[in-house]
Amino acid sequence: MFFDFASFLPRAVMQGIPLLYGSTGEILTEKSGNLNLGIPGIMYVGGICGVVGAFFYEQAVPAAEMNGILAIGIPMVCSLLGSLLMGLLYCLLTVTLRANQNVTGLAMTTFGVGIGNFFGGSLIKLTGSEVPSIALSTTSAYFSKSLPFAAKCGWFGQIFLSYGFLAYLAILLALLASYFLKHTRPGLHLRAVGESASTADAAGINVTKYKYLATCIGSMIAGLGGLYYVMDYASGVWSNNAFGDRGWLAIALVIFTIWRPNVSVLASILFGGFYILYLYIPTGTNLAIKELYKMLPYVVTLAVLIIVSLRKKREDQPPASLGLSFFREER
Amino acid sequence: MNKKQSLFHIAKRDTLPWYKSFAIRGCAILLALVVCAVVTMLLTGENPVNIFATIFKGAFGSARKSWVTFQNLAVLLGISLAVTPAFKMRFWNIGAEGQVLIGCLATAACMICLADKLPNAVLILVSLAAALAAGALWGFLPAFFKAKWNTNETLFTLMMNYIATQLAAFFIIVWEVPKGAGKIGIINQGTEAGWLPVVGGQKYLLVILVVAVLTVFMYIYLNYSKHGYEIAVVGESQRTASYAGIKVERVIVRTMVLSGAVCGLMGLLLTAGTDHTLTTTIVGGRGFTAVMVSWMAKFNPIIMIFTSLLLVVLGRGASEISSTFGLNQSFSDILTGIILFFIIGSEFFITYQVSLRKSGKKEA
Repeated sequence: MFFDFASFLPRAVMQGIPLLYGSTGEILTEKSGNLNLGIPGIMYVGGICGVVGAFFYEQAVPAAEMNGILAIGIPMVCSLLGSLLMGLLYCLLTVTLRANQNVTGLAMTTFGVGIGNFFGGSLIKLTGSEVPSIALSTTSAYFSKSLPFAAKCGWFGQIFLSYGFLAYLAILLALLASYFLKHTRPGLHLRAVGESASTADAAGINVTKYKYLATCIGSMIAGLGGLYYVMDYASGVWSNNAFGDRGWLAIALVIFTIWRPNVSVLASILFGGFYILYLYIPTGTNLAIKELYKMLPYVVTLAVLIIVSLRKKREDQPPASLGLSFFREER
Repeated sequence: MNKKQSLFHIAKRDTLPWYKSFAIRGCAILLALVVCAVVTMLLTGENPVNIFATIFKGAFGSARKSWVTFQNLAVLLGISLAVTPAFKMRFWNIGAEGQVLIGCLATAACMICLADKLPNAVLILVSLAAALAAGALWGFLPAFFKAKWNTNETLFTLMMNYIATQLAAFFIIVWEVPKGAGKIGIINQGTEAGWLPVVGGQKYLLVILVVAVLTVFMYIYLNYSKHGYEIAVVGESQRTASYAGIKVERVIVRTMVLSGAVCGLMGLLLTAGTDHTLTTTIVGGRGFTAVMVSWMAKFNPIIMIFTSLLLVVLGRGASEISSTFGLNQSFSDILTGIILFFIIGSEFFITYQVSLRKSGKKEA
């Protein structure tokens, strides 16, 4: 072994969880035929809404009297609401108003990242409170609390049990989404909508309802990725642009897993590993090489994208009507 | 019929006369500005008139500010022009960010490695060729795979952005000055080797002139040339195009190479013309904004001048507001987002006609 695997793997998992949330949400969305390029923005909004909720709760109640359920519940509800609103906005524009999905998605990303950085940077000034920076360590402690016996289980505990509850929720959601898409009737309907909306419509499926539901639920799941990042990974400290390009990486992950949330569980950890691999590879004094290692996730995704299109296997293709809006009276 | 009917009936419109569609867009922009003003008012407590005055002051308050505004306008417009031919072909290239950055990287490479080996004029020509080639390559790759194997171009170009970013990050550390600083700083500050000449005593004038020429060129290319016609046909229907004897694959690759090369040119203008440096954020998201500028203008280069002006003025104004009130610089992203949402939404009312259903029963 060249490097310390027991410390590498948990960090790869922690990097991977936000990506897993993002990709699960985006897979659900894309299965309905909506290519939501607003995911990076939605993840920012999910993060900042959670921060705002936690911030007000921490301001209102002294740390000693904080209630565990409220400390977790308030940020989570805020985060879900924020990303739900973003999902609704996207649906209103692309499904009801039939706008171009690429343009809407990019606008949502600009807007969402703007909201995140603006409120992250100005929250203290706007509320006129006297804290130097947003550091929600008390709330974060609730979020990142791991099982009490994890520390006693040695390497097993470190690799499998050392995470906060949101990490396990991410895996659970991914598996549920996978089951939903493959083995349930609504899942079949959803895939039908994404493959050919007019065929689905002819079969009596309510296309608008499926598109709205899939996109909004997808957005809410993706938003949790932002929440996990701030509250657990970053220990409750919001710094502008720290979330970086993880949203785009989540979209890359969707292609990499060829639209399968269950594959995404392992793939997100692999991507998380790629993301931090440069920290573990001994490069000596040549720091520049590290930047090339950071390119890995994108190059690998590109390779998968090309290979999938070369093989032309039908079950590996993107949903056929991905990116197109549906208008019943159009032939 | 027992089935519940929706309250509205939506049908496709015939093409609207231009003044009506402009009136709809104008209303959307006005509404958006009102919403922007309300949001700003809620956050700063200032009255709307002052807010718009501040925005205007931020964009045109002094000669220097106006020049910066026009330089920003030129860069955004240039990148928007670059992505337009591909969009007209319905090739969703969202990789302008990477194509410009790789142009910047190629320019910086020439400026750093060849500065003391070539005379200045030759150096600039070599940089130009390198930037064009690098941008063209970044456009060629996704187009080639799209044409040959129908690889999804949106996702391909997106990945190419990050490959360009990391390449730039790699070379920034290779060339960093001083060692360990993690950045390049101003390239050839003493000798000014490889810097584009300053025209008319104004640092930004050259960029503006180049983009003005580019606008006219692109307008003619898209509307009055055989290539432009082929692009339009391929965009409308690939089958019609191949039936008419247009080689679709060749048009796709050719158009994207052109798109990428123009992006590369913008990279040259940024690195050799105004900024004289290379950072991973030198393009600053304008590759993505350009997509929206181009789309809002319905791919018309002349209208693009106004859509990019709107976004640039708003952006500069918003940063003036945020510095006046001590708010975060990202405020402009929020305002940009609001304006975009309204314009995107307004397109619906141009393409479709909404009427109230009089009575469900009679109609059935």
